[in-house]
Amino acid sequence: MQIKLDGIVKKFDDVIAVNNFSMIFEEGTLTALLGPSGCGKSTMLNMLSGILPVTEGTIYFDDEDVTNLPPQKRGVGLVFQNYALYPHMSVLDNICFPLEIQKVPKNERIEKAKEMARLVKIEQYLDRKPKELSGGQQQRVAIARALIKNPRLLLLDEPLSNLDARLRLEMREEIRRIQQETKVTTIFVTHDQEEAMSISDKIVLMRDGFLKQVDKPQRLYDEPNNLFVANFLGNPPINNLVGKIKDGRFVLSDDSASIRVDIKQAKEGEKIVLGIRAESVALNDQDPDFTAVIKERYTMGKEELAILKVGSGELRVYLSSDFSHKAGDTAGFKLKSKGVFLFDQDTEDRVDE
Amino acid sequence: MRKKHFRFSFKKLLVYFFLILGAVIMMFPFYWMLISALKTPAEFNTYPPLWAPGNWFNMDNFKQAFAMAPFIQYFMNSVIVTLCCVVITGFTTILGAFAFSRLKFPGRDLIFSLLLSLMMVPFEMLVITNYETVTKMGLINTLPVLIIPFISSIFYTYILRNFFLSIPDSLYYSARIDGASNWKYLWRVMVPIAKPSLVTIMLLNAISCWNSFLWTLMTINSDRFRTLPIGLYAFMTEGGSDFKLQMAASTFTVLPMIVLFLFARKYIVNGVARGGLKG
Repeated sequence: MQIKLDGIVKKFDDVIAVNNFSMIFEEGTLTALLGPSGCGKSTMLNMLSGILPVTEGTIYFDDEDVTNLPPQKRGVGLVFQNYALYPHMSVLDNICFPLEIQKVPKNERIEKAKEMARLVKIEQYLDRKPKELSGGQQQRVAIARALIKNPRLLLLDEPLSNLDARLRLEMREEIRRIQQETKVTTIFVTHDQEEAMSISDKIVLMRDGFLKQVDKPQRLYDEPNNLFVANFLGNPPINNLVGKIKDGRFVLSDDSASIRVDIKQAKEGEKIVLGIRAESVALNDQDPDFTAVIKERYTMGKEELAILKVGSGELRVYLSSDFSHKAGDTAGFKLKSKGVFLFDQDTEDRVDE
Repeated sequence: MRKKHFRFSFKKLLVYFFLILGAVIMMFPFYWMLISALKTPAEFNTYPPLWAPGNWFNMDNFKQAFAMAPFIQYFMNSVIVTLCCVVITGFTTILGAFAFSRLKFPGRDLIFSLLLSLMMVPFEMLVITNYETVTKMGLINTLPVLIIPFISSIFYTYILRNFFLSIPDSLYYSARIDGASNWKYLWRVMVPIAKPSLVTIMLLNAISCWNSFLWTLMTINSDRFRTLPIGLYAFMTEGGSDFKLQMAASTFTVLPMIVLFLFARKYIVNGVARGGLKG
């Protein structure tokens, strides 16, 4: 099912949690709502499920306007961050619960529950109580319960945040597998960029209630359209240098260094934030874009993390480890074409496209 | 290591010693009541007193006490009153606690605070107005007079409401998304989760109903509607001062509550010790 959001606004008293949010979630895709805490992503999810009413705007499930439909009539499955399993019921009863409410005959619902349990691989735990399961298993039960009524839309709220690191890797692959097997349109909320990058078809990056950018994970990383998106994605984080364009070069604001950049649309004198990804710098003494002092070198195996001093600015970059410069040496560096961005200082919008 | 282990045990020993001491002090009056009820007149009058009856199955005192007053009738009245109170109070408490914890309506917390403030009013003060009310309703000297004033309790509602509040909201929303109504959610999810608390509440309620004295004394004056405590009181004042018989009647009066407690013990310990909900 395709979901269309049209100008969604959510206000809590005077606080605007979601601001003029419009987008389309394509059928059968896995989409991540990504953003820092308090950016409105969970609020968005709760409005999709119908738990929270919207203040303004319209939600369409395919062509149906569901804006004012109560949660139970929307046909959504929701997996909560704490799984929200009923502690007094067995795993089987938990999975059956949505069908029990729909008054599906007992045999039929147990049959269906077993099928769901197979899908999420918890067949052997059907008689257990939720508290006798590990976090990952509880998560699987919660997913099975959300899927048993064949929802048109599956929503997952921070599905991996309660799991330890190892289980997190396992469950995020599981979520991807289950989503691809069932082909259900899925939206999940996360504040973890790696989680969002690794499994989703598309990422919706939000900040302070605004949608900042929607794109495929790789494109979001390669072509951020504003400074926030560039800063939010990537580990180590992108390097930011503040300065302006002068004589076709980027000059640090205190004039302590300059860097040759492809300025494209950036205008002479414009105040700029230059974003350079850690992997977008290479040693090049013949035709350097800038020179810098190598302040420190850390060996990371096939690469080295180097801290470069460019005038008053500092860059953390990955360099291939076959170079002879020692810490304290000055060297020339060249910028790669990928992973170098110019942003306007005031609007934070990209200016080099 | 060894020394530490020893000290730990010693501490434990001390704790157990005081616990046992406390238990003995608590149990002794009950034990004395029981053995007095089982003694023959000769055993009873021996000095120094005997610590155990000659025959643990000597029912003479019970038979005699039962012959002197309609204890079976009292017992039935007590059972009916207690059962009705507990069931109806349980029902109103559950509904009240749900409304004050889950439903949203204007003035909810204000109304609840007002209700809570009523707890400050001692029962003895309400007795007079309640008495007037039931008199006007023509309920004096009937069984309903022992039930109707007690079919709701702010205190129990308060306790259960707090337990309900500790149940995560996500369970509620999850059930709502799955299509469960408030009613269904209450009975299928909340009440089963709150079972230890509920059993504790109902047991406390049962004990206070069973032991209710002042109100019953005021409103009931015929033998037919007397409950056990009042029957016992009447038996003591009217039936002479045979201590053995009084002990037999007392034993009969407290026995049902002790049995009930033993059965519900598991839940009470759970309810008091856990109180909350994991996760």
